[in-house]
Amino acid sequence: MSAAAGEGVAQGEVLVRARGLRKHYGSLEVLRGVDLTVRRGQVVVLLGASGAGKSTLLRCVNHLEAADGGEIWVDGVPIGFRHDGDRLHELREKDVARQRAEIGMVFQRFNLFPHRTVLANVTEGPVQVRGVPRREAEAYARELLERVGLGDKVDTYPDRLSGGQQQRVAIARALAMRPKLLLFDEPTSALDPELVGEVLAVMTELAREGMTMIVVTHEISFAREVADHVVFMAGGVVVEEGPPEQVIGAPQHERTRAFLARVTA
Amino acid sequence: MADRAGAALTRPVDAPGDDELLPQVRIRHWGRVVAGLAVLAVLGLLFQAISRGDIDYASIPALLTQDVILEGLVDTIVLAVIAQAGAIVIGTVVALMRTSANPVLRWVSWAYIWVFRGLPVLLQILLWYNIALVFPTFSIPVPFTDAYLLDQPANVIMTGFLAALLGLGLNESAYMAEIVRAGLTSVDRGQTEAAKSIGMSPAKVLSRVVLPQAMRVIIPPTGNDFINMLKGTSIASVIGFTELIHAANALSSRSLAVMETLLAVAVWYMVVVSVANVGQYYLERHYNASIRPTGTRGSVWAKIGGSLRTPPFMRSSR
Repeated sequence: MSAAAGEGVAQGEVLVRARGLRKHYGSLEVLRGVDLTVRRGQVVVLLGASGAGKSTLLRCVNHLEAADGGEIWVDGVPIGFRHDGDRLHELREKDVARQRAEIGMVFQRFNLFPHRTVLANVTEGPVQVRGVPRREAEAYARELLERVGLGDKVDTYPDRLSGGQQQRVAIARALAMRPKLLLFDEPTSALDPELVGEVLAVMTELAREGMTMIVVTHEISFAREVADHVVFMAGGVVVEEGPPEQVIGAPQHERTRAFLARVTA
Repeated sequence: MADRAGAALTRPVDAPGDDELLPQVRIRHWGRVVAGLAVLAVLGLLFQAISRGDIDYASIPALLTQDVILEGLVDTIVLAVIAQAGAIVIGTVVALMRTSANPVLRWVSWAYIWVFRGLPVLLQILLWYNIALVFPTFSIPVPFTDAYLLDQPANVIMTGFLAALLGLGLNESAYMAEIVRAGLTSVDRGQTEAAKSIGMSPAKVLSRVVLPQAMRVIIPPTGNDFINMLKGTSIASVIGFTELIHAANALSSRSLAVMETLLAVAVWYMVVVSVANVGQYYLERHYNASIRPTGTRGSVWAKIGGSLRTPPFMRSSR
């Protein structure tokens, strides 16, 4: 267990740096110049009302959405582009895929592959994308499924699992690629209340082990207890950010206070 | 506690036999008995009428295996299978163009479907068959030499078979394009996103995640179309291609046993179509094997392939 996530400990070098991100759908501006910095081993939680731009920001980090302006660098590489001298050249989808392989993502609605078993869901990436031998990939997949508490479900199909179990398989599927960074897009929002805890427990464990994570969530207690850094967004901009005890404990802005009053009420 | 609602109110708590379950009187399905008797009566009358008809039933079995009929049967099957296979390949390509991000490809595929689905199959077959009137020779010159890769009179190349194949196959490919497109769009967008998020290239996303799931939606209407194709080959009789109908006409014009020959051909059509039905059943089972029935799946089926799936032997599997 790494000590990196301990409070007040300065984490590693910058892993993710977003600068001046802009995104609009038609006339609707979703991101209006967003900066974000995530250090290696850090857990960053994005808070904000729906429509604030949190999910869009997250989806720009692995280029599921292409930003209209601004840059995102992950581990020294511009996402969606090739850095050549003083220019950024837009990449083809095939080459973006290679960049995405380094960044895991967990979705609100799990998005497991329904036509494959739990084990095959987890080995799909390593075998098909990385070319890992099947036996090796299966051994690691079993280990990961064991870690998320689903070692006995390897041969089951996803539709036989509860939402919480499906989301834990989805986390194992993302981990199987040995990502540098994990993105969570409201991972507990589609779950029955009694299943939220098991998913948050797995995420907390990952954070403790030093995984770098960007998490969009409405679970304020998770943000308070696990996050190293909290970013509050509204109307496509970052309103306030800092350690959780500051942003959640003593918010400076009226909008942050109003939001927290609403979600914790 | 279990029977607190109705029973407890109408039955005294201390009535004798309170612990025993009361006998239940089931509904009698009189309608089924009446319908069964009615059907038997109609069938009986029908049988009587048919048996009085001026037709030589005994000659039909022999007609089934006449050389001309068997040749027609083989030609029918070969034409239908090749036309449908080609249509599936072309249709899939057109569907991918139709859903592509490239606006030129989207437009071209739209125009393709518009033309080949819009014109009657018979017209398309006639256009291909008579193409020699417009282009007397087909030639493909090898660039920068005097040689030709192909240099033949159109009449030689455009046989009845080829004209029928092009007419039926290209028309069907336009329908297949729409079937495949419906299949592709039936797969949840989250599936594509999840596949991308683990680093899959667009080709892998399609072949590993989207197409296998689209198959469930694509197969039932494709089976439907194939059965239509088997029967639709009969149109090729107008240009003298020896499929079943043409074979039957050729035979009966000599023997004059018109109805007997047509009935023999009808038997063959039913056999071939039934075999196709069974094949479709196994294909569907294969692509459903990993996914058990759910509510959402039922609605997709109902939307796209429902009309086809009536044979009783399919019910038991679900």
